[in-house]
Amino acid sequence: MSASKALIFEISKPGRVAYSLPESDVPEAELADLLPKEMLRETPAELPEVSELDLIRHYTELSRRNHGIDNGFYPLGSCTMKYNPKINEDVARYPGFAKIHPYQPEETVQGALQLMYELQQDLAEITGMDRVTLQPAAGAQGEWTGLMMIKAYHESRGDTRRTKVIVPDSAHGTNPASATVAGFEAVTVQSNEQGLVDVAALKEVVGQDTAALMLTNPNTLGLFEKDIKEIADIVHQAGGLLYYDGANANAILGKSRPGDMGFDVVHLNLHKTFTTPHGGGGPGSGPVGVKDVLVPFLPTPLVEKGEEGYYFSYDFPHTIGRVKAFHGNFGMLVRAYTYIRTMGPDGLREVSENAVLNANYLMKKLEPYFEVPYPQVCKHEFVLSGNKQKKLGVRTLDMAKRLLDFNIHPPTIYFPLIVDECMMIEPTETESKETLDHFIDVMIRIAKEAEESPETIQEAPHHTVVQRLDEVTAARKPVVRWQKG
Amino acid sequence: MKFRYLPMTEEDRQEMLSVLGIEDVDALFSDIPENIRFQGRLQIPEPMAEPQLVRHMNRLAGKNLSFDQAVSFLGAGAYEHYIPSVVHHVISRSEFYTAYTPYQPEISQGELQAIFEFQTMICELTGMEVANSSMYDGPTALSEAAGVAAAASGKKKILISQAVHPEARAILATQAKGLGLKVVEIPHAEGVTDLGQLSAQSDEETAAVIVQSPNFFGNLEDLAAIEPIAHKHKGKMVVSTNPLALGILKPPGEYGADIVVGDAQPMGISTQFGGPHCGFFAVTKKLMRKVPGRIVGQTVDEKGNRGFVLTLQAREQHIRREKATSNICSNQALNALAAAVYMTALGKQGIQEVAKLNVNKAHYAQQRLIRIPGVEPLFAKPFFNEFALRLPRPAAEVKKALLERNIIGGYDLGRDYPELKGAVLLAVTEVRTKEEIEELAGVLEGLA
Repeated sequence: MSASKALIFEISKPGRVAYSLPESDVPEAELADLLPKEMLRETPAELPEVSELDLIRHYTELSRRNHGIDNGFYPLGSCTMKYNPKINEDVARYPGFAKIHPYQPEETVQGALQLMYELQQDLAEITGMDRVTLQPAAGAQGEWTGLMMIKAYHESRGDTRRTKVIVPDSAHGTNPASATVAGFEAVTVQSNEQGLVDVAALKEVVGQDTAALMLTNPNTLGLFEKDIKEIADIVHQAGGLLYYDGANANAILGKSRPGDMGFDVVHLNLHKTFTTPHGGGGPGSGPVGVKDVLVPFLPTPLVEKGEEGYYFSYDFPHTIGRVKAFHGNFGMLVRAYTYIRTMGPDGLREVSENAVLNANYLMKKLEPYFEVPYPQVCKHEFVLSGNKQKKLGVRTLDMAKRLLDFNIHPPTIYFPLIVDECMMIEPTETESKETLDHFIDVMIRIAKEAEESPETIQEAPHHTVVQRLDEVTAARKPVVRWQKG
Repeated sequence: MKFRYLPMTEEDRQEMLSVLGIEDVDALFSDIPENIRFQGRLQIPEPMAEPQLVRHMNRLAGKNLSFDQAVSFLGAGAYEHYIPSVVHHVISRSEFYTAYTPYQPEISQGELQAIFEFQTMICELTGMEVANSSMYDGPTALSEAAGVAAAASGKKKILISQAVHPEARAILATQAKGLGLKVVEIPHAEGVTDLGQLSAQSDEETAAVIVQSPNFFGNLEDLAAIEPIAHKHKGKMVVSTNPLALGILKPPGEYGADIVVGDAQPMGISTQFGGPHCGFFAVTKKLMRKVPGRIVGQTVDEKGNRGFVLTLQAREQHIRREKATSNICSNQALNALAAAVYMTALGKQGIQEVAKLNVNKAHYAQQRLIRIPGVEPLFAKPFFNEFALRLPRPAAEVKKALLERNIIGGYDLGRDYPELKGAVLLAVTEVRTKEEIEELAGVLEGLA
């Protein structure tokens, strides 16, 4: 494959088309007779002009310049890049799911409503919560939704002093960002030497101004916050609530439930734990579950079951309102529902058991070659530090780029921020032992190269269509669209 | 039971356990305190084998009335349009749909280039200089636009027309509580924003004026008259629009809009009961560094070859954390890809042709329907592919009569506008035929 690929605009030729529209079957009128002339476009938008085969070749070529889970191992920590089942894709495209309108009369969408209702129930059971809204479009939107409910809860009690949301220093960036957008001040609490929330430090920051604590459990180091009950008590006694960031829920299905840990609100990423595809960045879906205390504040509508069938209920007088148009990312809900029906209760438990076993196996096998900052049992993911290799002049970024030469997507790097030269590795349960062993071999080879021929790593990648790209210039002199030259 | 997504054999398990020096996988969960370890079995339905599951899902889907079975005149923010076959073929390539966000550009050039092309096409349609890689949907993009306007202007007052989609206004109301924005709704008059009221409310405190065109009623707003009101006190002009309509309409950028948002759903994305759709967000160069979400930029590699990367990331939450311009993380990349394929398929000619067909058919339908006694146009403004009618009978009764003929009627405007009780909003796109319009007319005539 050549390094550069022509843009679709560069292969455009006037007169070619890739569409087929019917002739008008109603009397045609001049546009200017139907609409004011001054509201009409004077120059057409410069969209490409290509034939259908040109189009297909262009996008096929682009797809070949892209790495997905179907192409190879993708141990991207905190992103749960597991297999995206094909049947889910088929089902989501059934006309009965894909070709229905959000405002159709309820009696004409009973199947869709039943699916949503059952999914609400299933996710509530899986998380140990009382009610679930399927409306949020993604994890970050789920976080914001949860925080807005927490805000409404405190305000409903006349408690307006609670302006702070506590987040651990290992938290995802969305946590503090969501806190800000919800009108709170984010306060950081440090992790202790074991990589867990420092309970003593937490006690110091918790107070009458605490609205909530946001926590990922297992956390972004892949460690279970074993003091969670005590943490929950501390926050609750101070009058705050607990938010569960469900990004790492793949570790605990059927093994432990946020609701039982003491959390009041939880979001799930259906595009992580429940196999809906990441799509190159989205769409995702971020349902939110709550305990009874927060039910009155849920965004509306919710799906309920009545004598005459399923219906949308708007009867939540204290609702925070709407967070997303229509009924959430329904197409993603269909996929997640299909997955849950594929796996059942034992299957989901086995998912987490295998994910955790895979992660611990990898960690154990890589321990002789890389620094393991937290050598205790991990959950579905773990972190390595590239400190050993850094001393040899090889950075974690270099090792990540070297992995590309082996058709392996690198782990998440330089996150969480509290680990130097961090690599966060999440194998997931859908990878075979052979794949894990291959990854181990490649990582060991890279560790040896760091000692013997560091330039091989520093100059990587060697086999990708382009070499390392100049991101600094891209940001300094942004070119964010094509211009007719 | 063996699960087809779980490759671990008993032999694998034993080997791995022995490497770890443990006997049972439960040892790996011993860090979860006993009192919060889940002891039971999740109370969810038992698993289904694939053939059984296919039947089950087909039955569920079969309980919904799809566009393949009924004739729909619903719009109100989600539209049935022609989707070229190529769209689904391209987005079904799993190199695209099973990939994560392109943070490793060397193995993500396909996605990055496709989004760069998407950004360019959105700029072309909207007449703006910069577009991001997409947002959750049009209505949330509108809320984010209010946030950007407030951050850029240092002001908190947002004026939004009541002719903007009611759900978009509802989301903005929720968002405003978090951001501390003061939202003032401007009434509509004769189907468009009341410019007198807008002008009266616009003052030194105004961060943004937000309108939608074509608006919720399908009518075109007088953007030329709105621009000076928005800018008089250095507020931002935010326009929400339908990108398909921009095939023929003068783009908001040419009127001087600062931020243009909307939903790309009409361009190659199935309605899917309301989502996922695909918000877009376009701005002037001046606002480029305030834009929420991901942006793809062009650059070169070490050998000087053209390539693409995610850029201007210093705005985003994973770098800026609590100081980020937005908390948005994911986008709707796959749907942006669908929209890009659609815009490529339709191209320079097709996008005009399809927009014209919409105008033509919608106007024909409106003229046809208002000949029926008791059916009256609610407004007399220029419109794109939607229009509001007052009906001879209550909306619920009409809905029922239409459903009996397998017609899904319009949107009951009384839901959101008490003053418009008894009126419906009908969408007529290029997929509706003259015959179907006649059938709708026939039922309404029967009720008159």
